[in-house]
Amino acid sequence: MSPELDELYQEVILDHSRRPRNFGELADATVRVHGDNPVCGDEIHLAVKLGVDGGLEDIKFSGHGCAISQASASLMTMKLKGRSRAEIVTMLQAFHALVTEEAAEAPKALGDLRLMQGVRKFPQRVKCAMLAWRAVEQALRQTVGEVTVSTETDLMA
Amino acid sequence: MHKLPVSDVDWKVIRNDFPILARRVHGHPLVYFDSAATSQKPRQVLEKVRHYYEYENANVHRGLHELSSRATEAYESSRQRVANYLGAASADEIVFTRGTTESINLVAQAWGEKFLREGSVILLTEMEHHSNLVPWQLLAERVSARLRFVPVRDDGTLALDQLSSLLTPEVKLFAFTHVSNSLGTINPVSELCQKARAVGAITLVDAAQSAGHMPIDVQELTCDFLAFSGHKMCGPTGIGVLYGRGEILDTIPPWHGGGEMITSVTLEKSAFKRAPHRFEAGTPNIAGAIGLAAAIDYLERIGRPAIFEHDVELARYAMQRLVELPGMRVLGPPTERGALVGFVMDAAHPHDLTTFADRYGLAMRGGHHCNQPLMRRFGLPGTTRASFYFYNTSEEIDRMVEILHAATRFFS
Ligand SMILES: Cc1ncc(COP(=O)(O)O)c(C=O)c1O
Repeated sequence: MSPELDELYQEVILDHSRRPRNFGELADATVRVHGDNPVCGDEIHLAVKLGVDGGLEDIKFSGHGCAISQASASLMTMKLKGRSRAEIVTMLQAFHALVTEEAAEAPKALGDLRLMQGVRKFPQRVKCAMLAWRAVEQALRQTVGEVTVSTETDLMA
Repeated sequence: MHKLPVSDVDWKVIRNDFPILARRVHGHPLVYFDSAATSQKPRQVLEKVRHYYEYENANVHRGLHELSSRATEAYESSRQRVANYLGAASADEIVFTRGTTESINLVAQAWGEKFLREGSVILLTEMEHHSNLVPWQLLAERVSARLRFVPVRDDGTLALDQLSSLLTPEVKLFAFTHVSNSLGTINPVSELCQKARAVGAITLVDAAQSAGHMPIDVQELTCDFLAFSGHKMCGPTGIGVLYGRGEILDTIPPWHGGGEMITSVTLEKSAFKRAPHRFEAGTPNIAGAIGLAAAIDYLERIGRPAIFEHDVELARYAMQRLVELPGMRVLGPPTERGALVGFVMDAAHPHDLTTFADRYGLAMRGGHHCNQPLMRRFGLPGTTRASFYFYNTSEEIDRMVEILHAATRFFS
């Protein structure tokens, strides 16, 4: 067997891809973001409820895509619910480093998201892992309404 | 329908012409099933290009020196070689381009802007590669023309029964692919061309997936334009061809301006060469053209009927083996298909499947294959595609099936 594949598709990741958490609609969402990876056809619809202080009160997602994009979205929603804006921005940067940088440490704060570290050995799959995060980043920028982001046009710094 | 083998080519020996096929990927022997994206290149082609650069390199149509005449002769005889390969009436009907995409853009821009007007209809099919869709969308926008599409049936063939109602007199151009790059469907080119001609429409055939795989005779097909890329048929990247029927090519105004395409230039105005040089502004891809001619020589030594036979047999065998897998759905027609199979499996998303296979040395393509509207038509985000060429073997297909079985176990 290939150790890189075992690391990429850990049991927890496959489990989240088969039974994604926080999957569905959010009736009282304040902002909706449609994330789109035109390279592979993955789509994610993110519904976010932001509180008056800008924190993330509730979050749900739907859509379809590969195991990596689904699991990443599922793990992300679990992690971000109830977090402040500043915490989310920090996590976003840490997660991006985790999946792209060979030497990046995996901060404890990321919890189960650290299991996605295997993605860094598969550069073609980084966009899959980042799709949900791009959407949440846009949700924070947008704060209200409905918008579409694409992994091809909205590259994070 | 079973045809007897038309040749006794030793396909295993032919593999030795392709050094890359002997390499390992991620510790496993490479199984290259992505020739529809780009084919591998035999030594004979690589050596020809290298020889040109080492001993004959010079610019064409300019210098009066010996090397320049030689380069010009090599470049122009490559054009003649392509003309013979396609059964064209003359080498003047062969324009060198960067590839299929550029060939189609040339027609869409230079021909389309002159001959299409508001209300003209461009007829395409639902199975076109983005290369044979987007240039027409851009043209339609500019001249207020309309696009119309021949639907694709569930079995991956064109709904030919609807053709007569779609081919109305407003249709000025019918552009369609010879072989679908994601379904494998082989379209009846000469029938389509004749029906289009009956209403006065010009035809363009996207031969990207057929030019290196089967015999093509443009006069038998009766198409007006035909486009293909060298890199999908053992040639280098960056070289391709637009065939244009002489009477039509001569009516098209220049496209890109620059050196090589003019007869005289004053500060105010220029006079232009005839086709095909009118469409080849600037220093062309000389080595590319020479490499393409070498690729044609190589393919012709094996023989296109033999290549087609081998390809079709691989596709048939792949279909037969793939249906053994649980939750497998193969797209496209069961028979009469080109050298590729697109499929989806319940066990895993095409992306995950392709990543998994790659770790075992199996190179396939996963995604929408530049066919987004077609994928939508079939309700799929994408497929995994295994595409074959004459250097592939049935043992490699067995290996693919083995790897897909392992993937099924891994993901379920
Ligand atoms: C059917 C078809 N048309 C057009 C193209 C575009 O070819 P190129 O990228 O060489 O211009 C391809 C290849 O990707 C193809 O398969």
